[in-house]
Amino acid sequence: MFKTLAFLLAAATPHFGATADPALIKAWDVSIPPDGTGLPAGHGSVSEGLAVYTQKCVMCHGVNGVGKPADQLTGGVGSLASDAPVKTVSSFWPYAPTLFDYIRRAMPVTSPHSLSDHETYAVTAYILSIDGIVKKNAVMDAKSLPKVKMPNRDGFIDAYGATKR
Amino acid sequence: MTNKTTPSRRKFLKTALAGAGAAAAVPLSVKADEYVTPSMTVPGKTFTPYGMPSGHEEVKRLLRPPGISPGTGGSLSPLESLEGMITPSGLHFERHHNGVPDIDPKTHKFLLHGLVNTPLEFSMDALMRYPRVSRMHFVECGGNSGANAGSPTPPQLTAGGIHGLVSCSEWTGVQLGLLLDEAGVKPEGKWILAESADAASLSRSVPLAEAREQGILALYQNGERLRPEQGYPLRLLMPGWEGNLNVKWLHRIKVTPGPTMTKDETSKYTQSQKDGKAKQFNFIQPVKSVITRPSGMMTMNGPGYYEISGIAWSGHGKIAKVEISMDGGATWTNAEMPGPVLPKCLSRFRLPWEWDGKPVLLQSRSTDEQGNVQPTRAAWKAPVSVVQFYQYNAIQTWQIGADNTVKNFYV
Ligand code: HEC
Repeated sequence: MFKTLAFLLAAATPHFGATADPALIKAWDVSIPPDGTGLPAGHGSVSEGLAVYTQKCVMCHGVNGVGKPADQLTGGVGSLASDAPVKTVSSFWPYAPTLFDYIRRAMPVTSPHSLSDHETYAVTAYILSIDGIVKKNAVMDAKSLPKVKMPNRDGFIDAYGATKR
Repeated sequence: MTNKTTPSRRKFLKTALAGAGAAAAVPLSVKADEYVTPSMTVPGKTFTPYGMPSGHEEVKRLLRPPGISPGTGGSLSPLESLEGMITPSGLHFERHHNGVPDIDPKTHKFLLHGLVNTPLEFSMDALMRYPRVSRMHFVECGGNSGANAGSPTPPQLTAGGIHGLVSCSEWTGVQLGLLLDEAGVKPEGKWILAESADAASLSRSVPLAEAREQGILALYQNGERLRPEQGYPLRLLMPGWEGNLNVKWLHRIKVTPGPTMTKDETSKYTQSQKDGKAKQFNFIQPVKSVITRPSGMMTMNGPGYYEISGIAWSGHGKIAKVEISMDGGATWTNAEMPGPVLPKCLSRFRLPWEWDGKPVLLQSRSTDEQGNVQPTRAAWKAPVSVVQFYQYNAIQTWQIGADNTVKNFYV
């Protein structure tokens, strides 16, 4: 009796997952954590990025990323503790790889996933250059991007306490 | 009342009644004739494959003017027109970051990989074979009620217009823990990243322990498959946690060593404080309530009897009590909670009230089973930056005037 029950319970564990196709994992695994793990090959410069930005971003994010009609991307550095905080990529975002990650997956909003890795590195470099976070002659790639120190890197508090687990 | 009974119908009724009882037949037949309503005199409409609300009802989600990206933004549940605790699926609030995708379940795949022993992929057919759980839970956008947080003067809107980014459904699906165990999480795996197959590829990080214990891969909403706006065919449900991380159109979960720090957990959905720092990973939606009847933009019917009614909820568990104040928070009375009162679920409260017609500052204040109490607006605003609006859960005040108006009000 006991044996039968144990057998039934063991048999009752569902296993319907199929071993994942490595090509599927490679194609879908686009998320980039702060340390840059998974950043693809390729590189892009600030000047190349200006060309991408002018062609594909400026109509929504404004000249030099000043915003309107969509989100303001630049400016406001040092304003967060003031009476009129301005939260932008430059002033607020803690990690530069997040910018690559987000642009590659979601921008331009009208045709996401249309930028090449090269274009994504370039436009990331350009946005970071506007407030001098990277130099005007900077080139972003898998090595240099995670090394960029964002002005508000230490501006976040883990309210839940799960980051130290 | 006009009588639209047709002559032939009238004749039929007279004959029928005459047969039933001779003595009273004539006077009765006249009476019955007058009181027979049109709906009783003709056969009704035939059967329909999917029922719709009565054509006499005009309850709709509140849409906001579309911006540069028509699928980015939200629509709100009309809380003031709804009753009970469940939101009809078609009136569940929407918050999308680049529109509602049209996903074919036949080709949809769910990938589970990262720090696992065996990376797995699941077709929808495969997911449909797992045992299921059903739970009633609210989902609330982290930005709900932000209008009251940000606007220096109270915005004159309905209850839904201010607080309608919360809805409540019965969700049915597969426990995420089952699938994580099937893949076998490695000891270094401490977080997951959940990602959508929408045009924002929206992604959020969740600590592994909670994802495993509480996460549900939702397949059904209120008994039927998820609505497209709610993530059809697959949605991550983290009961009581911020709406944004209940990732819709789910197609990938990656087990990771730490949080991925995506745009929606850094740039957005973080709480800026006065000193410029921002609190991150504010996962759990705080205790909250709102009186939906009477509420903003309604007109009172003059002095007399009213039932005060509203909804209360908390991401921390069950609602323990809801108190009502008529004087802007000076004195409080307990509302009735007829039940059911479920954890992380909208709960309905009610209070009978005789209004004397004098001005009133009507408030509700909820307390959850962990002892969390809704703050005043001033207390909520005190530590935070002027631009902070996420997870606003302050006490709502409705100002009822002697002129029968009901207005949004800051005490
Ligand atoms: C058609 C308008 C449009 C175009 C073109 C566009 N964006 Fe955006 N962008 C948006 C909208 C709308 C959002 C907000 C999305 C949301 O709320 O989820 C956004 C958000 C962003 C953000 C996040 C801002 C923040 O602080 O959170 C970045 C970065 C960004 N866009 C970069 C780009 C880049 C780079 C390009 C060009 C390759 C681009 N965008 C093209 C409309 C656009």
